[in-house]
Amino acid sequence: MTRWLYGVPVLLLAVLVAVFAHGLTKDPSRIPSTLIDRPLPPFALAGLDAASPGFAAADFTAGHEPRLLNVFASWCAACPVEHPMLLKIAAGGTPVYGLDWKDEPAKASAWLAQLGNPYRRIASDPTARTGIDLGVTGVPETFVVDRHGRIRYKQVGPITAADWEGTLRPMLDRLRAEA
Amino acid sequence: MAGEIGHFALILALVIACLQSLVPMIGAGRGDPALMAFGRAAATLQAAFVTCAFAALAFAFVQTDFSLAAVASNTHSTMPLAYRFAGVWGNHEGSMLLWVLILSVFGAAIAWYGDNLRDSFQARVLAVQGMIGAAFLAFLLFTSNPFARLSPAPLDGAELNPLLQDPGLVIHPPLLYLGYVGFSVAFSFAVAALIEGRVDAAWARWVRPWVLAAWVCLTCGIALGSIWAYYTLGWGGWWFWDPVENASLMPWLMGTALLHSALVLERRGALIGWTILLAILTFSLSLIGTFLVRSGILTSVHAFAVDPRRGVFILAIIVGATGGALALFAARAPVLASGALFGRVSRETGLALNNLFLMALTAVVFLGTFYPVIMEAFSTDKISVGPPYYALTFAPIAVPLLVLVVFGPMLMWKRDTLAGVGARVRWPLVACGAALALGLALFPVARVTAALGIALAAWLVVGAGAILARRWRHSGDFVRAVRTTPTATYGLVLAHAGLGLLVAGVTAMSAWQSSQVLVMHPGQRVAIGRAAVTLDALTQGTGPNFVSLIASFTLDRGGRESPLVSERRFYPASRTQTTQAGIAPALAGNTYVAIGEAQDGGGIVVRLYDHPLVDWIWAGAVLMALGGTVSLADRRFRIGAARPAVLPAGRLAPA
Repeated sequence: MTRWLYGVPVLLLAVLVAVFAHGLTKDPSRIPSTLIDRPLPPFALAGLDAASPGFAAADFTAGHEPRLLNVFASWCAACPVEHPMLLKIAAGGTPVYGLDWKDEPAKASAWLAQLGNPYRRIASDPTARTGIDLGVTGVPETFVVDRHGRIRYKQVGPITAADWEGTLRPMLDRLRAEA
Repeated sequence: MAGEIGHFALILALVIACLQSLVPMIGAGRGDPALMAFGRAAATLQAAFVTCAFAALAFAFVQTDFSLAAVASNTHSTMPLAYRFAGVWGNHEGSMLLWVLILSVFGAAIAWYGDNLRDSFQARVLAVQGMIGAAFLAFLLFTSNPFARLSPAPLDGAELNPLLQDPGLVIHPPLLYLGYVGFSVAFSFAVAALIEGRVDAAWARWVRPWVLAAWVCLTCGIALGSIWAYYTLGWGGWWFWDPVENASLMPWLMGTALLHSALVLERRGALIGWTILLAILTFSLSLIGTFLVRSGILTSVHAFAVDPRRGVFILAIIVGATGGALALFAARAPVLASGALFGRVSRETGLALNNLFLMALTAVVFLGTFYPVIMEAFSTDKISVGPPYYALTFAPIAVPLLVLVVFGPMLMWKRDTLAGVGARVRWPLVACGAALALGLALFPVARVTAALGIALAAWLVVGAGAILARRWRHSGDFVRAVRTTPTATYGLVLAHAGLGLLVAGVTAMSAWQSSQVLVMHPGQRVAIGRAAVTLDALTQGTGPNFVSLIASFTLDRGGRESPLVSERRFYPASRTQTTQAGIAPALAGNTYVAIGEAQDGGGIVVRLYDHPLVDWIWAGAVLMALGGTVSLADRRFRIGAARPAVLPAGRLAPA
């Protein structure tokens, strides 16, 4: 056996350690979205009742402003935790669109009547068909959509004050400044 | 108070471990007997302090001292004593303390029982053990202190995960750790030998009992884990290819290779570099297994603690220990005396092939386990690898290895002929052929693989028996032949026959397992496999810290009736539900009953399984471990190179 062969194990280990070290920088609970920087998948959904209109993917390109698309459900345990934050965000002037996911519209209406409605418009997705296109893995999830209707960021889980101040608000400010 | 004593003892142990890793190493270099003797004293003291820390933590757990964070988050005052005690290692911090305890006790054992070793060599081995000890003590103290206090102390703790509240917890982790950490001794021996630049048959004779002892413990640990999963997870799987199971399987496969190559080194002085490499890799795989579980790099049902800081620390330990040892290997191994030569057909070749196949199996498991991490490094995809991957890759490598197993002990050392070995394996061959013919005749065409599996099992079992038959047949005095057969040969026969039982069990489980899921009402009778099960009654019960729904069944197996009970437990403290399956074991197979949700109208969801020969899997593993234990008793281990040698396993681990 030639001498250099004895060095192979230590070289393999070096590669392995590099891979592990890289792996440690990843958050194991993070689920990547393949939709980042892509346009919203086409959809057009009805509202919670006949009186209120739903919205479609095309609505996000109109009006020239970045928006949040928040996925919620009345049965979701973490949504009431997030709700006050959404009310604050909406009160601050950022338009928030709500996608009511795998839910009965009547229950969602009652839920919003009780907690307050932060949403500019609400679309009902009881069969989760649009949720599948968006790659929704659970509720709540929030997408940041720019003025051209492209998804720029996906937040999994409730928006905390730190998420809003540290990530979402700076991102929205940057998107507003974009041409 | 106990917490502070334990914490202080751990700090002292760290200081001692640091000294232990330096002083004897310097002493061995200078040939100073006093400095070398320091290693022995330090190893003993380190073990004493770590034992003290462990006792303090155990005391806190048993006394439910909720001011300790580890106790408060893993113990509830209603838990029974045995689980309060076993709860010590049912969490990240405590289990790492158990790891360090076993490591230090092994170090002390080398100090006490290693007086047949050269002084300089023993000093270097102890120094390397000291380094490993120091690294893990630092890990414990800086990232996972088991003695961290809570203020204010909570009135009651959070319960230990109910899935862990099982007799399995009491013995499974300690056995597994005895295995993992036992391989550290082989590692230290290998590194010390590389430093000394001397590896010979005596080295192999010293290291083999330690490897064997660790291997026996690991075998039992893995088997117990598998049994535990079988009866608690409620659907009767016995192996899941879960990352953490793989983490224990990899050192086992590599340790098995080490065991065999050390044999070649001991008997024939060959495969020197290879054996050293295996010794380093086996322990490294134990370390990587620890990294896997503790860093959260892969999510698994077993992961107790997900903390990247811990991951970085363990990665640093891997770089230091494995990286250092492999660098030393690259520098020093080429100059070690090259081994004795052997023919292309010889037992050495057979064992070298065994090593290659075991290495390939380890590589397959390694790749499957780390594939998600590797993929994530090169793309953004999240991918995990499941049983189909292992079915495609593990079996095709395992089968030729299992075929080779019978040839190995039938081959002559040094030089042999194919015709010679062919003649020696003719009876196993006949048995294998007969089993195959019978299987093909009896089973439908779709079960060809089952017939092959049963034939392989027959090949292994008869092949193991043939070793003894060959020894005994030609001697005139049968009783004398039985008495003069070395104990290690009996060990070999038991272990290889165990492998045959395991193959039979795995084959039967994958070919003939059957199951049913249905809603049953009291009085209803359902047939499953060769048995029938009747639901008799549903009742409520209470345990020390749970309430349960108990379903009583009657099992009818060909006219013989016996009771069978399955329980669904609810643990209020942690709001968790667990299922206790009802299992009726039998030689031909188990009937397995697990209940689910109660239905409106008095029915209950029942899952029924027929598991043919499943117990043979564990019986095979136990037989392998028994073979290892019997081998350890061989007197040849006690005759060292010059002076009386290493002691039997019973005294290796005095804790």
